[in-house]
Amino acid sequence: MNKVITASEALSHVKDYDTLMVGGFLQCGSPEYLLSQFVGHPARHLTLVNNDMGDYTSSLSKILWAGQVDELICTWIVRNEAAQAMYKANPACLHINPQGTLTERIRAGGFGIAAFYTPTGVGTIIEEGKETRVFNGRKYLMETALRGNVAFIHAAVADEFGNVFMKGSSKNYNAAMATACDYVICEAEEIVPVGAIDPELVTVSGIYVNAVVQIPKKDDKE
Amino acid sequence: MDNKNLIARRIAMMLHDGEVVNLGIGVPQLVANWLPEGVNLVIHAENGIIGAGGYAPEGQGTDDIVDAGGMRITVNPGAQFIVSTDSFGAIRGGHIDMTILGAFQVDEKGNLANWCIPGKKMGGIGGAMDLVTGAKQVVIAMEHTQKGQPKIVKECTYPLTGAEVVDIIVTEMGFMRVTDEGIVLEEINPNYTVEQVQAATDAKLIIPENLKLMDIGE
Repeated sequence: MNKVITASEALSHVKDYDTLMVGGFLQCGSPEYLLSQFVGHPARHLTLVNNDMGDYTSSLSKILWAGQVDELICTWIVRNEAAQAMYKANPACLHINPQGTLTERIRAGGFGIAAFYTPTGVGTIIEEGKETRVFNGRKYLMETALRGNVAFIHAAVADEFGNVFMKGSSKNYNAAMATACDYVICEAEEIVPVGAIDPELVTVSGIYVNAVVQIPKKDDKE
Repeated sequence: MDNKNLIARRIAMMLHDGEVVNLGIGVPQLVANWLPEGVNLVIHAENGIIGAGGYAPEGQGTDDIVDAGGMRITVNPGAQFIVSTDSFGAIRGGHIDMTILGAFQVDEKGNLANWCIPGKKMGGIGGAMDLVTGAKQVVIAMEHTQKGQPKIVKECTYPLTGAEVVDIIVTEMGFMRVTDEGIVLEEINPNYTVEQVQAATDAKLIIPENLKLMDIGE
């Protein structure tokens, strides 16, 4: 099975009111090519899930400025002025999670767990409105799983079936998000035939990935 | 020595070879420059590296290997790249020996506020709540006051990062430990008197009989 398609074919799966998960930690492992192609996409009223809303130059800022997104689920927005402006205009649009909670909510969403108890956030504003329980004398908060409609993830190498190798610290959120969305688009610096990636080096299995998009090489003409 | 290096150096003296440590941005990062001979730490970077090294030389390094501030770094021999879920599993699961962080406020109970000042720009929480909840020891590295205002207070007024989480506070004035009775000034910088330290502190400090002098270097 060959899942390699163009960015515009893949991005046509995003619809109004979708929840979009975007991998990456700042610039590291950010699916910047997909994001750049998504600026101005017709889908509106999106909910965006991303650790930090990107670095100063990320296309995530352009997507937010373009008014494509209504709600933000993230951990930190220091380097995104568009997210700051959205928060100023409507504080309710911003859903800040502790980082370990956000990443675990995504894993739970991908792996069939409805909710879990974590000690993180006990005694802080994160506890407000949440169910709590004491286990072995320690208090925990219940956090619920998070799923999305579409994921944008980044890989160094993908094969045509969508098995991917993610380099260095670029695995971050990319690996968990691949399991937690109905339609998963993986951009790759290099696409190889099935079998070319050593099974020992597959970071994320192709069973989770629906579409593979080649990132244009630097010397390609647009 | 400036205050920041004085604080970093004192914290470095507490560390042992092979310990797993997460360093926050700013003064905590300076700790790595003052490690005693023979002490090599395993630095945990919460974005997904165990065994992080220093900054990559100018013009080298890649965006695939960065620290939690997005800076290109190197990794040390024996390092591992991990996914975010594993990185925070290591934190919550108690596999990090020490986290060293800055603070806006710390109070008598060890409550910590370091992510949000009401009315100021919205930043976010990042990994701080997980780190102070899960690390075995939480060490605060900060200057004793902010524009003359005490940062060690009776009760935090800013939103908390964690409740009753701080173990040790190191400032340019001294080395303090949070106990069930309150904050104990265990060591004092010989350039200050106990009265001066208390005057710069909103919380009531406990002064032990065997108050020691803090090693402040050259």
